[in-house]
Amino acid sequence: MTADVRARSPLADRVAELATIGGELVPFLAQVDLRVDPAYAGLAPYPLPLEPDTAVDDGRRAALWLGPDEWLILGPPGGEAEIVGELEGAFASIDRSVVDVSANRVAIELNGPGRFDLLAHLCPLDLDPRVWTARRCAQTLLGRAQVILQERTDATGILVRPSFTDYLVDLLLAVHGAVGGVGA
Amino acid sequence: MTGRRVDVGGAWIDRSRPIGFTFEGRELTGFEGDTLASALLANGVDVVCRSPILGRPRGIVSAGVEESSAFVQLSEPWFEPIVAVTMVNLVDGLVATGRPGVGVLPIDPLPTKPTVHRHAHVEFLVVGSGEGWHPTVGEAVQRGDRVLLVEREPRFAAASPDGVTVLTNATALGLYDDGYAVVDERGPERDTLWHVRAGRVILATGAHERPIAFADDDRPGVMLAGAVARYIRDFGVLPGQRAVIFTTNDSTREVAQTLTDAGAEIPFVADVRLGWAVAGTEGETHVEVVHLVGPQGERRAVEADLVAVSGGCNPAAQLFRAIGGGLRYDEPLATYVPDESGPDWLEVVGAAAGIGLPPCAAYWYTPAEDLSTHFVDLQRDQTVQDVLDAVGRGLRSVEHVKRATYIGTAIDQGRTSGVLTAEIVNAALGWELGAQGPTNARPPYVPVPFSVLAGMDRGPTLLDPKRTTPIHAAHVERGAVFENVGQWLRPRYFPEFEEDMESAVARECLALRTAAGVLDASTLGKIEVVGPDAAVFLDRMYTNRMSNLAVGSIRYGFMLGLDGMVFDDGVAMRLADDRYLVTTTTGGAAAVLDRFEEWLQTEWPELRVFCTSVTEQWAVVAVGGPGARDIVASLGTDVDLAAEALPWMTWRAGTVAGVPCRVCRVSFHGELSYELHVSSWHGRHVWDAVVAAGAVPYGTEAMHVLRAEKGYVIVGQETDGTVTPDDLGMGWIVNPAKGDFVGKRSLVRTDPLRMDRKQLVALLPHDPAALVVEGAQLVGSADLPKPPVPMLGHVTSSYRSTILGRTFALAMLKDGRAMHGGTVWAASNGATIACEVASAVVYDAEDRRRDG
Amino acid sequence: MLLVRCPWCGTRDEIEFRYGGQAGLTYPVDPEELSDEEWADYLFMRDNPKGPFRERWFHTAGCRRWFNAIRDTATHRFVATYRLDEEPPT
Repeated sequence: MTADVRARSPLADRVAELATIGGELVPFLAQVDLRVDPAYAGLAPYPLPLEPDTAVDDGRRAALWLGPDEWLILGPPGGEAEIVGELEGAFASIDRSVVDVSANRVAIELNGPGRFDLLAHLCPLDLDPRVWTARRCAQTLLGRAQVILQERTDATGILVRPSFTDYLVDLLLAVHGAVGGVGA
Repeated sequence: MTGRRVDVGGAWIDRSRPIGFTFEGRELTGFEGDTLASALLANGVDVVCRSPILGRPRGIVSAGVEESSAFVQLSEPWFEPIVAVTMVNLVDGLVATGRPGVGVLPIDPLPTKPTVHRHAHVEFLVVGSGEGWHPTVGEAVQRGDRVLLVEREPRFAAASPDGVTVLTNATALGLYDDGYAVVDERGPERDTLWHVRAGRVILATGAHERPIAFADDDRPGVMLAGAVARYIRDFGVLPGQRAVIFTTNDSTREVAQTLTDAGAEIPFVADVRLGWAVAGTEGETHVEVVHLVGPQGERRAVEADLVAVSGGCNPAAQLFRAIGGGLRYDEPLATYVPDESGPDWLEVVGAAAGIGLPPCAAYWYTPAEDLSTHFVDLQRDQTVQDVLDAVGRGLRSVEHVKRATYIGTAIDQGRTSGVLTAEIVNAALGWELGAQGPTNARPPYVPVPFSVLAGMDRGPTLLDPKRTTPIHAAHVERGAVFENVGQWLRPRYFPEFEEDMESAVARECLALRTAAGVLDASTLGKIEVVGPDAAVFLDRMYTNRMSNLAVGSIRYGFMLGLDGMVFDDGVAMRLADDRYLVTTTTGGAAAVLDRFEEWLQTEWPELRVFCTSVTEQWAVVAVGGPGARDIVASLGTDVDLAAEALPWMTWRAGTVAGVPCRVCRVSFHGELSYELHVSSWHGRHVWDAVVAAGAVPYGTEAMHVLRAEKGYVIVGQETDGTVTPDDLGMGWIVNPAKGDFVGKRSLVRTDPLRMDRKQLVALLPHDPAALVVEGAQLVGSADLPKPPVPMLGHVTSSYRSTILGRTFALAMLKDGRAMHGGTVWAASNGATIACEVASAVVYDAEDRRRDG
Repeated sequence: MLLVRCPWCGTRDEIEFRYGGQAGLTYPVDPEELSDEEWADYLFMRDNPKGPFRERWFHTAGCRRWFNAIRDTATHRFVATYRLDEEPPT
């Protein structure tokens, strides 16, 4: 993304702390909330998952199922206008809502095989690899913060609202400090 | 002689690893693997503490969770206010003192071990390591199921099969709906509270031996027979040299053998099935003589220092009962066993189900004329006589006897006293055995410190999230004093040069009204409402008409509950024909979005509209005051800020300070105001620019004063869920020509139309320096009459107004609008303050200042 | 901590949901036609059976969908959960 010197990402000042728990900030990730009748999902310029709590990720665009008529589309930093444009174009004649929410949540990546043990201390979901596979995503809780989790091949993505980021990082650090290494 | 260490037995201890500990100031030694109980017995300690009510000396009775006699307070290496000595694993440097009755907390909080909580999902949870579960577990492991085994003791009784996760020092505190179990795993460095969701739960918790009651049965040296054998076998401790065995069943044969093998003598076995019983004991602080009574009433006295008692075995079914399982009386076993009830995901196996328990004679206490020292519940100092007295007073249910005597309510939760008490009551009433069973046990299975339940949810940052805006760091740098607004942390005021709150707020208000101020309003809830039916939808949710709002315009509206009471307020900005941005109160954002979804999904699925939360997508920097236009202009903008181009309650999109911005002419204080809506990534940048341009930062306190001077209500301050728009003098906000909206029907009930409803007014104290108390009641005279005092209303907000140079308040007053010009008194702390009743708008009633 | 089966997300802990009370109450077609008593009845009066009860639930921390349920008020157990546009199972 072109450097926008006026833009500040939440958690930019806590990147080092995040690293101690195997976490990485993904600043300014493009995020667009799409709401449209699932009967028209096929009109989208990329596949939208219809199975609940799953994601389709082709590296350039990721589509996360948030509800039967709601998806979160992720793209590279700076790409939100393009995403909004391509969705408005694809659904031009259909009732829909396309809203740029890139600043509405912060993206954190948790790396390392130890991340599942760390998450198990905070998340009531079953994160066993037999059910929590690389296509899975879910809206759930980490401690008291509502988050969206997305499982990739070797990392877990966490999307959390900026106002909860300090709490979430404090919580991750506290649990990590109590139970030991996550492992990179 | 009393307890001592012996060479035989000791399977659990490591004699090569001594551990030093302190009890009642005495430095003693034990071994790794000892409990505090076994170590105390090994050191010949007879008396551990005094009984809570009667002060009688008490020693160790059991070897497990059923201990009802010997309790201590631990002060090193961690603090525990009261705990049974059988439940403490001996560690180096342990410091314990006897603790009767109730634990005491220290004045200064002591550090506790850290606790984490952890979730686990398993197909099988096995509680306890009793027999009976092996085949099921084996099959589960073969299938690849996840199996978790939790054992309260430090060791696991059997060999655990591969593929099973075993936790020791882990106690299942309770079982809850749908296989949810809470397990407290204690570790030397930290504790873990497991939240387990299990497909099936197997209870293999075994059984607890119960005693028989007789005179002075609480004397140190009277112990449960199985515990005596356990101390020898597992800890290498012989609790006494000469033991009398008192039994109803054959399980004591093995105990006798174990005692003999350890070198003890057994001068007598009193078997009730042969007509013999222990009548009482004698001794200073410990058993020295045991009195026996025979089938013909013959008396005998035996020198002994130990009485090993076995009244029978009770299945440890507390977890089963607490989740709804029932018990039935089993005559051959003379105890209660789990019946067929309980949830279908729960199975009880082994001794906990009554399997493998010895047949028993039903014998509860040795008859005597004086039953006043036949203790039934040691921790409550309650005797057989106490139970009979309760029945004698007319109580029949064991539940009532429990409340009258407190039997079963102590730490042991009736493990040794419950069945005894129930059968004594049954017999006293002439009812049959098993007519009513022991009272229910409740979770937690054993006491658990609050610090364990709290886990990481404690302290200033983790107890509850403190939500902050993207501009927060600037406020901190500026030295703001913060306040909690719901979960948000917002600047309350910005003190300069050691100002107190009153001075800071006065300065901030004056700056806003005479120059320019800036407020971080980013916490406001924001929702995008998009679709062809967006306008229709908002018309139904708000009291006013939103469908005729022009694109580029803004309208302030109320949302009511179905009961017609004010629920939330906010403004709606029309972004396009089919698009609105709706704001809500800071605290109401989630509730409003939830209610939008509720109506759309459950009542109006045919409406073509979608809602999306954008609360944190946007930062809001609110610039206000006569100098506001100049401030915004100085940042550089392509938006025409003149009043004609950008009238009050309109907005324009453009660039401000180099970033995309929606400039909104909305005011919560009556001065010229530009609310700058920018991406929250740019919030800090715009805030810094506005402050550098000379706007004075102000906080929530000044904001409250400024809006109150204009009579603007804050939902939740002037309203409390019982206030209608008309009560607030805002009947104009309800559009009568509109179709139905949420709450409309309720506004025409007789109650909202009453004449004496409380209405919003301002109060001007006769003494312009007198500050009435928020929440003060309003009364009709300076002197308070005798109660009941007629209450005319209450003060909702009270402030000092810098711009008016006087105090004022907002209040809800009965028939307030008709009372303008009259006087009421605000009463609090025994005094009254006389106030003139006035219109709620005390400043700039004609709204002349809002265009600058 | 009940286990609630959201018709979309599958089983999740109770803490992710909000209880929505009795199901099947339709907003009156014309509230103006109702007397105050009839309106109050709609607002405040609810059934309170011991046994199976038709309820609404909201998956507030998940997919944010409302759905229906039949749940036994005596045992707390869910008999069934189903989407708003589905028929209750027999």
